[in-house]
Amino acid sequence: MAVVYEKPHALTDAVLHYCPGCTHGIIHKLVAEAIDELGCEGKTVGVAPVGCAVMAYDYFRCDMLEAAHGRAPAVATGLKRSLPDRVIFTYQGDGDLAAIGTAETVHAATRGENITIIFVNNCIYGMTGGQMAPTTLPGQVTQTTPYGRDVKLAGYPIRVCEMLSTLDGTYYAERVSVDCVPNIRKAKAAIKKAFQNQIDGKGFSIVEVLSSCPTNWGLTPVEALQWLRDNMIPYYPLGVYKDKDKEADNNG
Amino acid sequence: MAEKVLMKGNEALAEAAIRCGCKRFFGYPITPQTEVAAYMAKRLPKIGGTYMQAESEISAINMVYGAASAGVRAMTSSSSPGISLKTEGISYLIGSDLPCLIINVMRGGPGLGGIQPSQSDYWQATKAPGHGDGHILVFAPSTIQEMVDLVFDAFDLAETYRMPAMILADGMLGQMMEPVVFPEKEVVEHEKPWAANGHQGKREHNIINSLYLKPDELERTNRERFARYEIIKEKEARVEEYLTEDADIIVVAYGATSRIVRAAVKAAREQGIKAGMVRPITVWPFPAKAVAKAAETASRMLCVEMSLGQMVEDVRLAVNGKVPVEFYGRTGGIIPTPAEVLEQIKKIAGGAK
Repeated sequence: MAVVYEKPHALTDAVLHYCPGCTHGIIHKLVAEAIDELGCEGKTVGVAPVGCAVMAYDYFRCDMLEAAHGRAPAVATGLKRSLPDRVIFTYQGDGDLAAIGTAETVHAATRGENITIIFVNNCIYGMTGGQMAPTTLPGQVTQTTPYGRDVKLAGYPIRVCEMLSTLDGTYYAERVSVDCVPNIRKAKAAIKKAFQNQIDGKGFSIVEVLSSCPTNWGLTPVEALQWLRDNMIPYYPLGVYKDKDKEADNNG
Repeated sequence: MAEKVLMKGNEALAEAAIRCGCKRFFGYPITPQTEVAAYMAKRLPKIGGTYMQAESEISAINMVYGAASAGVRAMTSSSSPGISLKTEGISYLIGSDLPCLIINVMRGGPGLGGIQPSQSDYWQATKAPGHGDGHILVFAPSTIQEMVDLVFDAFDLAETYRMPAMILADGMLGQMMEPVVFPEKEVVEHEKPWAANGHQGKREHNIINSLYLKPDELERTNRERFARYEIIKEKEARVEEYLTEDADIIVVAYGATSRIVRAAVKAAREQGIKAGMVRPITVWPFPAKAVAKAAETASRMLCVEMSLGQMVEDVRLAVNGKVPVEFYGRTGGIIPTPAEVLEQIKKIAGGAK
């Protein structure tokens, strides 16, 4: 019988703990497929965050570390500076990367650290049960913004790709979504490019993936994907925010 | 024969680490340890190493976490307020059983404190280097030569026991100059089959982690670590005894303070007082047996520190009420003088009659 589809080798057989309808599983698969296709599993070391993806170290078959909350880019820096020929990636959520780990993120980018960051943005703290994230939308109801995020009180969301694209050290920043098949395909290409950039020694690459959280948004999986399309994509437009490859093409 | 050179304490620490094969340094500027970083910034690029100035103390210790996970010798260096920021990372290093070297050139606290020498981080280093159950090896040198020698031991024992090691120095040792001879011994780094450096398709994936969601697993892991600590307490506690054999009054002091106490003990002897000194070289593990043994022959003990009394608690625990343990300390960056300590010894001697 012909094999038409296989689970990527870079994923272990562990059963994912994610909630039904959560898109972390898709993003894990895309990362694993990129690693498989680039043939770099044996020389890859991943860094898991604190947040919903905390146990990513059990899911990827490459060597893995579990970092303190927000510190993954610093941990990845220590790894990369010690093992320059290895492929180092972090997998981080919005609270991890854009709140408690903002300094680590910004400075890894501005140093042009040759690492790959997969940034999963679902506008909420999932693991702790649905509190306001740095990316929670204005008016969005969470456990700690029960009347909706009031920007006068809680400020505005951070647009990470836009912010990092202002830094000279950032090589590549793209925002993608996994709400539908065409977008999943684009997300896959972006993730693979972010790994390829590192292998080619190009520098800091980040892919922001808009992701759904049906449990903490209080929606069904299908409704959640629609909510992502209706609310997140307008605030966080998809696309390439920085790509030094393109800049070089344009200048040349 | 190895050459004797005159070096500043902070620079000697850095050079010793390089000679131990440590080529990864991650730091952040803070007085009075900045020369460690400056020396590394100058030397490491010349020998294929990495000096990195991190964006924060927190990042610096987490970069050490990454490098240590990769299986290479790595270190960071700071002073008291900076060490407070590193405690999160130190806890994760403990919880993930990672070896590394941390230098604390202590200054006065709490808060921003001051920039003059102090020993007021003893509690932090020996009791609570981070949250959770756990310890780090803590070495307390008293000369620049000893700082150098202990850097070699710190790396070796950190790898032997898979735990962080700290050199607990102070602003006086960091800033002073003394002649030093670097040991000419071959450095052997330990095998690290646990390192997360890419499995190369030759083994199962390695995971460096401190998360155990099942309470029984976390308890078992912590108990295993504490069983290792018991071995360390038995085998690695170090102490120097000075004129203790016939001593009636034993002074306990570590680090720079022990230099002052040594002078005071000598002066007391000249005045006919049978004084001696016990100097812990490791403060975790604390040399409790040696201190308890001293209490068997002495009639009184005195603990002297550049703090308002931290190690004295360990001394009293070790002595367990056998003899009275007095305390004398200066703090805030004030270094006690030999005359002050001598006065304390004489006061105690008078009280004993």
